[in-house]
Amino acid sequence: MATTIAKAAADATAVTHAARIEHVSKSFPAPGTPGGQQLVLDDITLDVAPGEFVTLLGASGCGKSTLLNLLAGLDLPSAGSIDTDGRPALMFQEHALFPWLTAGKNIELALKLRGIAKAERRQEAERLLELVRLQGAHRKRVHELSGGMRQRVALARALAQDSRLLLMDEPFAALDAITRDVLHDELTRIWRETGLSVLFVTHNVREAVKLAQRVVLLSSRPGRLAREWNVGIPQPRRIEDSAVAELSVEITEELRREIRRHGQH
Amino acid sequence: MASTDTGVDAKGDGSSAAGEPQDTHDLAGLEAGLDALESVQAARTPLRETLVRKALPPITAIALVLVVWQLLVGAGAAPDYKLPSPSAVWDEVIDAWLQGTLLDYIWTSVSRGLLGFLMALAIGTPLGLLVARVRFVRAAIGPILAGLQSLPSVAWVPPAVIWLGLNDSMMYAVILLGAVPSIANGLVAGIDQIPPLFLRAGRTLGATGLREAWHIVMPGALPGYLAGLKQGWAFSWRSLMAAEIIASSPDLGVGLGQLLENGRNNASMAQVFLAIFLILLVGIAIDLLIFSPLERRVLRSRGLLVTR
Repeated sequence: MATTIAKAAADATAVTHAARIEHVSKSFPAPGTPGGQQLVLDDITLDVAPGEFVTLLGASGCGKSTLLNLLAGLDLPSAGSIDTDGRPALMFQEHALFPWLTAGKNIELALKLRGIAKAERRQEAERLLELVRLQGAHRKRVHELSGGMRQRVALARALAQDSRLLLMDEPFAALDAITRDVLHDELTRIWRETGLSVLFVTHNVREAVKLAQRVVLLSSRPGRLAREWNVGIPQPRRIEDSAVAELSVEITEELRREIRRHGQH
Repeated sequence: MASTDTGVDAKGDGSSAAGEPQDTHDLAGLEAGLDALESVQAARTPLRETLVRKALPPITAIALVLVVWQLLVGAGAAPDYKLPSPSAVWDEVIDAWLQGTLLDYIWTSVSRGLLGFLMALAIGTPLGLLVARVRFVRAAIGPILAGLQSLPSVAWVPPAVIWLGLNDSMMYAVILLGAVPSIANGLVAGIDQIPPLFLRAGRTLGATGLREAWHIVMPGALPGYLAGLKQGWAFSWRSLMAAEIIASSPDLGVGLGQLLENGRNNASMAQVFLAIFLILLVGIAIDLLIFSPLERRVLRSRGLLVTR
């Protein structure tokens, strides 16, 4: 524990940000109107510090997924610049594990594509499975795992990329409440153990508050930075903590105000 | 059940001030309970049950056909030269076996069919990959490839004979023209059905170009590809039989197609029936011994085949 903190601190002095988004806009060709452009992201500026946990919160149409795609390098911004410390790992709402591979081989594929030698892959995959508390699941097929287990393997696979930044696109949205709660605690533990930076997209306010050091609210159509909150509540937090609830109420009010604006034209 | 209950209780009672090790311990227990509750155990059906359920119905059906056949012959429904009795066909089998030619007939055709199929595989696979992944190639030859599938490959026999003569290469040309489009189209369909999420996930893991094709695209397309292979084999076999029936020459050796044609020339309906049965038998055997187990294995490993 102590060493990882020291490591994170050392990294912090070397690099000032895990991700730097500067005046980024993104538009897509608007359907129906030839030549027309639809603005999805409007002048987003956001830094994620090394080791920081930021949640990105917004209603439908705020361009959360677009922003993650830009950060992951799957798409290019129309304007502005994006700088990340290496290629970020990305975790999806669906587990996106390859069904033709076992749980362990999914992780080993990520290692292989990273250029890790064959001899080390197996051991490293075992270590990562242990980190998400799935030791012994190496040979399990994806369809033999429960929803929560699949997301944990997906997390292990994302960690196998050894990125400094982990992007998460509503990764727990499809899980039941108990499992989601447990995975929140797991993610918090792993984040603290690894010293990773996390940018976590969600539309669940309590989830955002429970996990984050900083909550960033995006407005919709186009996505703009609306407001942000520093969450000073000490970890470990519980989803039912009164402090979590209080801040959630405040943020929800703001989110509703944002959504209401779209009803009045 | 009990483990989850206590796990949830402990979590509810423990305040946020609880020490970290205790907290982590609770979490591990809770998680283990959830995992145990939600894991599904896939059981395989015992072999005996599979045999009874899968083998019994077709055997019954075959027996029924033989009985009806024998009854028709016994009732004199058609003269002998049109409808031989089952026993006459069986005698043909025994004859051919005793002469040592039965396996020769089969092997001549099967070796041709399999070799032709393997060549079709080697050509159809890269072709399908190109059509599916390169937009220009797809626009250029995609429709032609799909259309070729509906062209009966027997149509290729006359030009193949003229171009290549009465020899083995003409047989292989006909097989290829029949099977390559099936295999390529199967792969294209398989690739088109890969969920885009897998491609995105692959790219974030750093799989691009040939590595993407090898690690993501081909395995993702495997079920569709196998279906294409299965159809490709059926087309290979059909094309070959058409070629053997039409283009018989002493140099070519007697395969099942020639056996059928010889039977017609000798006015031996029993031999014609024998040839038809053998052609059918080989088609079924290859499917049952190679393609079906392969397909089932692939689908089962992906949880796509639910045993009822």
